[in-house]
Amino acid sequence: MNIRVKVNGRLYEADVEPRTLLAYFLREQLNLTGTHIGCDTTTCGACTVLFDGKPIKSCTVLAVQADGHEVMTVEGLESNGQLHPLQSAFWEDHALQCGYCTPGMLMAAYGLLQTNPAPTDEEIREALSGNICRCTGYMNIVKAVQNAARQMAGENQEVIEEAAVSGTSTD
Amino acid sequence: MALRQTELRPMGKPIGRKEDPRLIRGKGHYVDDVMLPNMLYLCIVRSPYAHARIRRIDTSAALAAPGVKLVLTGEDLAEMNLAWMPTLAGDQQMVMATGKVLFQYQEVAAVVAETRAQAEDAAQLIEVDYEPLPVVADPFQALAPDAPILREDKEKKSNHIFHWEAGDREETEALFREAPVVVKQNVRFPRVHPAPLEPCGCVSDWDAARNKLTLYVTSQAPHVHRTVLAMVSGLPEHQIHVISPDVGGGFGNKVPVYSGYVVATVASLKLGVPVKWIETRTENIASSHFARDYHMTAEIAAREDGTVLALRVKTVADHGAFDAAADPSKFPAGLFSIVTGSYDFKAAFVEVDGVYTNKAPGGVAYRCSFRVTEAAYLIERVMDILAQRLKMDPAELRLKNFIRKEQFPYHSPTGWVYDSGDYEKTLKLALERIGYEELRKEQAEKRARGELMGIGISTFTEVVGAGPAHQFDIVGIKMFDSAQIRFHPTGKVIARLGVRHQGQGHETTFAQIIAEELGLSADDVLIEEGDTDTAPYGLGTYASRSTPTAGGAAALCARRIREKARKIAAHLLEVGEDDVVWDGVAFSAKGLPGRAVSMKDVAFAAYTNVPEGMEPGLEATYYYNPPNLTFPNGAYIAVVDIDKGTGTVKVRRFLAVDDCGNVINPMIVEGQVHGGLTEGFAIAFMQDIPYDADGNCLAPNLMDYLVPTSVDTPRWETDRTVTPSPHHPIGAKGVGESPNVGSPAAFVNAVVDALSPLGVEHIDMPIFPWKVWNILREHGITE
Repeated sequence: MNIRVKVNGRLYEADVEPRTLLAYFLREQLNLTGTHIGCDTTTCGACTVLFDGKPIKSCTVLAVQADGHEVMTVEGLESNGQLHPLQSAFWEDHALQCGYCTPGMLMAAYGLLQTNPAPTDEEIREALSGNICRCTGYMNIVKAVQNAARQMAGENQEVIEEAAVSGTSTD
Repeated sequence: MALRQTELRPMGKPIGRKEDPRLIRGKGHYVDDVMLPNMLYLCIVRSPYAHARIRRIDTSAALAAPGVKLVLTGEDLAEMNLAWMPTLAGDQQMVMATGKVLFQYQEVAAVVAETRAQAEDAAQLIEVDYEPLPVVADPFQALAPDAPILREDKEKKSNHIFHWEAGDREETEALFREAPVVVKQNVRFPRVHPAPLEPCGCVSDWDAARNKLTLYVTSQAPHVHRTVLAMVSGLPEHQIHVISPDVGGGFGNKVPVYSGYVVATVASLKLGVPVKWIETRTENIASSHFARDYHMTAEIAAREDGTVLALRVKTVADHGAFDAAADPSKFPAGLFSIVTGSYDFKAAFVEVDGVYTNKAPGGVAYRCSFRVTEAAYLIERVMDILAQRLKMDPAELRLKNFIRKEQFPYHSPTGWVYDSGDYEKTLKLALERIGYEELRKEQAEKRARGELMGIGISTFTEVVGAGPAHQFDIVGIKMFDSAQIRFHPTGKVIARLGVRHQGQGHETTFAQIIAEELGLSADDVLIEEGDTDTAPYGLGTYASRSTPTAGGAAALCARRIREKARKIAAHLLEVGEDDVVWDGVAFSAKGLPGRAVSMKDVAFAAYTNVPEGMEPGLEATYYYNPPNLTFPNGAYIAVVDIDKGTGTVKVRRFLAVDDCGNVINPMIVEGQVHGGLTEGFAIAFMQDIPYDADGNCLAPNLMDYLVPTSVDTPRWETDRTVTPSPHHPIGAKGVGESPNVGSPAAFVNAVVDALSPLGVEHIDMPIFPWKVWNILREHGITE
């Protein structure tokens, strides 16, 4: 089947088998191997990507379901060679060890901060509860998400302040 | 924290990890990310029976299926003399079954096809005609005289694998005869699985034109894998190139050589194209090697004042269908005889009997230095039972019996020589930090109100860092480890080591060690591991051995370089070698202030301006055989509250005070402790692989084999004491496994402490809420 799907802002047209899972399509047809696979039961969350802005487990979505939709993977986090605040925070706060869960964690956290820019620790833990990490014990992940949230709020604040100075609306 | 590591003298500093930039960008390179032209995919057909004769395998439909290039069975491998392979424990195991299967999910046939999906489809078309045989799923039944003999390939017609003992039986018996107090407890350490997030897998690529096999594999020990592969396949070792790329966690799971690696290699040799095999999570949990499964009985002989005299331990070890324990060859029960722990027993006698059952093979060291976890859990559990019987505070009992710091080096009754420790200081720090006295007061008040609160202590001693070589080997290869450091003309270094990290941060910590020794920054040093064509030979990363062995090799290798550098520096400073002083960052000339040369200057001179007669270049290799093991230790305290209605245990606080000697990077050490505690928590409360009487694995996926999520996991508190190892080149001891070794007992002790007013002395792990709820119901505490 032919599908048209936007991944990390770029439009792809591809011929996929109807049974191909989105995770394998991303990894094997688009060569975006940052999306990992760690279980067969939608438990581990290593394959988490954003689907129309919402975190989903790409091992449980067919590639054909992505036809006409937008997907964002870990490779789409960086912009203009600049790490996303979540990426820098994961580095600074030692929120990863083997790195296998990291892309999924980053995407789940990204999804959370889109809807809740100032989450509590409990809300972060709840939002990441579908993402298994076997290395870190999660504390530094929670810390990194908080750190990134603060940084992103600061950046937004700067935008608002700049806008106020120039007298334009931020909307 | 600085992310760029440009400062000099980086030892002991919490510098950011050098491996992270690629991993946070999704640019790690794990085995499943290896995509080669013309690559085929392998799928393995597994047995639904735990014990059955194979009457017939019909592969015709699979062979005719779309995309299928090859089907292999055990009989095909037998023709190539590859149906069996050696295990690390000196047994043999079937690569694919011939004649009969011995455990559920055992490898029976394999299909190679153009796509993953085609291989899986065709695997469904393989018809296997089984004749079920009586199943032995219980190790005690396996030892019964009328038990069916499982291993027909063995000369010994028995399910008994080995008997192993340590210590002094007679002295121990004598002390038990006279002891006024004896406590005895059966303790089970359940069967668990490391379940790293990345399952095992490989890409095997035979290049006939170059006569070379390249194996990309999830390996904690790539050099050993290459040697085993050479022994099994008959391919010359130098024509095998093993690459262990980024590894998504190991925890002991990725030490053994699995059937899938061998079958993929056979397929690549037959077809001349790369073949990829990536196991599913079910294959990972149900067939790649498990850990623990120890049935232990411990007895302590003591005086009425709590002074311990002797320890007696008997263990039945369930090894499954093949003895594939990843233990050094002279140690079939690993380092289990460390079971006297942190206490000054006068005598001890320890026995372990290994047994075959119709269960998946294994006995890997899951975040553990070869059965040390079982040992630490057992002694810490029964010390608490002794305290309970004597109505003593468990902290007081421990303080009374600790090996005192002036007793080091301490000769244990089972033959270990503990290097260093200050157990009293460590426990006292933990008690103070957690507010032990206040907590006991709170507990007394709560008990008076009928509430269930518990405090659990574990003051464990670990033994890690195997070698030394005269004691330890794996398949005959001595357990040293290695480092090779090469300076390039501009003063930058590439260093290669014989170990292979899986998240431990070696690219950072080993760079710190080398930078510290050579007056560089961590950014000046690139660490490479996991490529057998380039790295010096080493035994790999497991059993907390990397820092004790390869870390020692790295420091001594750097010092070897410094010796040559001193000669070059003397030449540059135009003074005699004896007049050259190294201050940690530069060489200077005695009595000539202001004249100094950095290692960078020396490196350039090594390629451009060496003294006459000196060999150019600046590099060294060091194979380090440690003189002894190291003995990390710690004092852990758990505080729990139990919900009476549901039996749910809530871990309110957990403090880990670790003494792992000198610390290279405190941020990484703390991260290791967090991770290990989380796995210890999982083992205490949720991880378990039960089998039914027919040998069906009842937890072969992450829905049934529970691993903790961010919501389940407690918040960890950490602290540290530092007692350097006196024999290690940088005084370090290793830490990765301490939290997993030490914490299960603290959790269980806390739960038992909460329930002790009911007369409860022991609960076997995992402590599921229903177990606690049943106890509460028996005592009329809940309905």
